[in-house]
This record gives sequence, C-alpha cells and structure tokens, in this order.
Amino acid sequence: MQNKKSENLKEQVLRMSGVNPSKCMRCGKCSGTCPSYDEMEYHPHQFVYMVENGDIETLMKSDSVYKCLSCFACVDRCPRGVEPAKLVEALRLCVIRQKGKNHMTADDIPAVLDDEMPQQALVSAMRKYSK
Amino acid sequence: MKFSYYPGCTLRTKAKELDRWARSSALALGAELCEVEDWQCCGGVYVSARDEIATKLSSVRALMSARDKGQPLVTVCSACHNVIKQTNHAMQTDKEFADKVNLYMSQDKEKREPYHGETQVYHYLELLRDVIGFDKVREAVKNPLTGKKVAAYYGCLLLRPGSVMGFDDVENPRIMEDFIRALGAEPVIYPMRNECCGGYMATEDPALAAKKSGAVSESAAGHGADVIVTACPLCKYNLVKNQSPVPVVYFTELLAEALGVKEDTHAE
Repeated sequence: MQNKKSENLKEQVLRMSGVNPSKCMRCGKCSGTCPSYDEMEYHPHQFVYMVENGDIETLMKSDSVYKCLSCFACVDRCPRGVEPAKLVEALRLCVIRQKGKNHMTADDIPAVLDDEMPQQALVSAMRKYSK
Repeated sequence: MKFSYYPGCTLRTKAKELDRWARSSALALGAELCEVEDWQCCGGVYVSARDEIATKLSSVRALMSARDKGQPLVTVCSACHNVIKQTNHAMQTDKEFADKVNLYMSQDKEKREPYHGETQVYHYLELLRDVIGFDKVREAVKNPLTGKKVAAYYGCLLLRPGSVMGFDDVENPRIMEDFIRALGAEPVIYPMRNECCGGYMATEDPALAAKKSGAVSESAAGHGADVIVTACPLCKYNLVKNQSPVPVVYFTELLAEALGVKEDTHAE
C-alpha cells in the first residue's frame, strides 16, 4: 500500500464490488474459463491479487477493464466464491465515472453499426463503456 | 391465466419474431401475456456494482407494475431476463440498495408502495416448464418436429449467476432440451452450449466476438445439429454474423411451428 490515494481506491473497489479478494486460493480457474483471456493484459486472477495488493491504478490504466464480457463464467466457476467479474466491473466504473473518461460515446456508434445489429448490443455497450 | 409481460427494446425492433411467436404460442397454451404499460429499456446488461442505482430503476418500475396488478412478470429476451431477475434479487437481499431505489421511486409522478422484490419473475421457458408444464406443451403440439436435430444455445445470461438466476443447473442445464423434446424434435448436446458468444464485444472488438461465436456454432454443427435455437437477440446476431454453418432461430419460432400457430409453417 503505497499511498493514501491507492488506499482509497482499493476501499472503493471493495465496497462497490462486495468482493473479498483474500478468499482467493490462486487456483486460476477464473482465468482458465475466461472467454476474453487472450485479449487481456491482466487476467481475472491477476485482478484479484492486484486489488488485494492495492495495485488499483495499474489496472485502471489497462484496456483489460474493457475486455470483460460480463458472462459470469468466472463467478460461477470459482470454487471459493470470489466473483472476479465484480472486481473488473468496479474498476471499469472507477475509470469511466471520471469526467471525460467514457470509453465509448454515441459518436462512436455509426462506425460499428450494421443493419442487423440489435439494439441490445448498443445499449449494453453504452452501459458498460459510458457514463 | 394473465401475466405481465416485458418485451424489451430489441423485441420491438430487430427481434420481432422472438416476441410475436411468444405471444401467439402463449395464447394457444392458455396464457395471456399483458404488456407492461410504459415499460422502459432494461439497459441490456446488469451492472453489478452495489452503488449503481439509476441504471436499475427501469427494471424496478416494471417489477412494481406487475406487483400492483398481482401478476408474475414474464420476460423472453435473455438479457432483459437477466437484468430484471438480478435487480429483483438485489431488491430482496440488499436493504441499503432497496432503500435508495425506493427513495428514487418516491419521486415518480405515480405514487406506489415501496418495493422489496415481491414479484415472481419467469423467463418464458420457465413459464412453460413450471407453470404450464412441458407435458401440456407436448399435448398441444400439432406439427411435431420429428427428426429435427436441435442444438439449444443457452449462452450466459439465462444461467448465470446461478445463485441468482435459479434457472437450471449452470453447467449441465436441461430445460431447453426438455423443451425441444416436448416439440417432438431431438436435442443435440454439445460442449459450447453454455459458453459466451462474445456479447456486446460485437461493438468494441468484433474479432473477439467472431472467435467466440464461431466456436459455439461450429461445436453445435460438429455434433450434428440441423438448427440452433436461442432466446437472445445478441447471441443470434453474433452467430449469424459470424457465419454459423447451421441456421439460428429463436426458440419461440420452433414453438409456434410445432403448435401450428405459424401461418406458413416450415414443418417438413
């Protein structure tokens, strides 16, 4: 724990997520089952121990926070009930809740849109990537 | 019997087939789906952070509306179901969250009693299994889909998180296979049936969505499926967009076909 800022961020992430990272036994099953594993710089098991160590700002700077699909595979397959997806969610919110830090805006939508794309894709993406 | 019904944004636009055949099939089975008045979009995904309040109010409004009518709330879209079910669970179990939500709701023009998760939420498949009964569905089938090999694609949203959704066994579900059997078709069990299609990554990283949905459709086709059924418009989009080797249809389309409520039936 280096300083007051990271201490505050860690407390905020734990409160928002309701996760207790110290329950983790480092089995790696969350990362083993994660469909976005190959796309992530930091993997679900690393989110758990980096949050436990208070290394929040490193995670907030990584694109890994946008790669979680919210599929909850890591939540249901964790033998210790740690719920890593909730940590990723809290970290992403810590980023996009800052002024000017939206990861996606309405202006980005026309470029990704096609005639078949369901509204569900757009509202989900905006909810995950924008405040 | 009457049920409150929450169609959701996509069922009014890109997924009209999912909605239309759900309503007409329900009627054929003696269940009337009464659309919640003035429903608002659920937002597509549940935000798990406990301090997220405003994004969950639309779900609470629909739940309250059903509660005030004394009806269970039925959903068809996997995403709406997931968001509304998780919101309802939070209203039942997280007092601080529920208090904040009720404080917001007290500002609505229409005054209602505070809500604490009283409404029973059914996915349409649960309605068929738990209320109507698959045996009754089987009896109502006019055009049995004999010989058709159907792969049920659960994806993530119907099943997880299992402790909240309570839909079926999260790793070895059978509700959709039982549904397929009730229609006279043959279910295809394949390894990827409860893995993610890539979801909203279709916007952020289409290559990832292509990889994930390709693995699902190839797994189903490789196990001999003639057709894949889903309850999720985004799963369908991702599978079709990424060249599924077999057709992908909504489960309600097969239901309507088997019940004979589809005008131009494709039954062979």
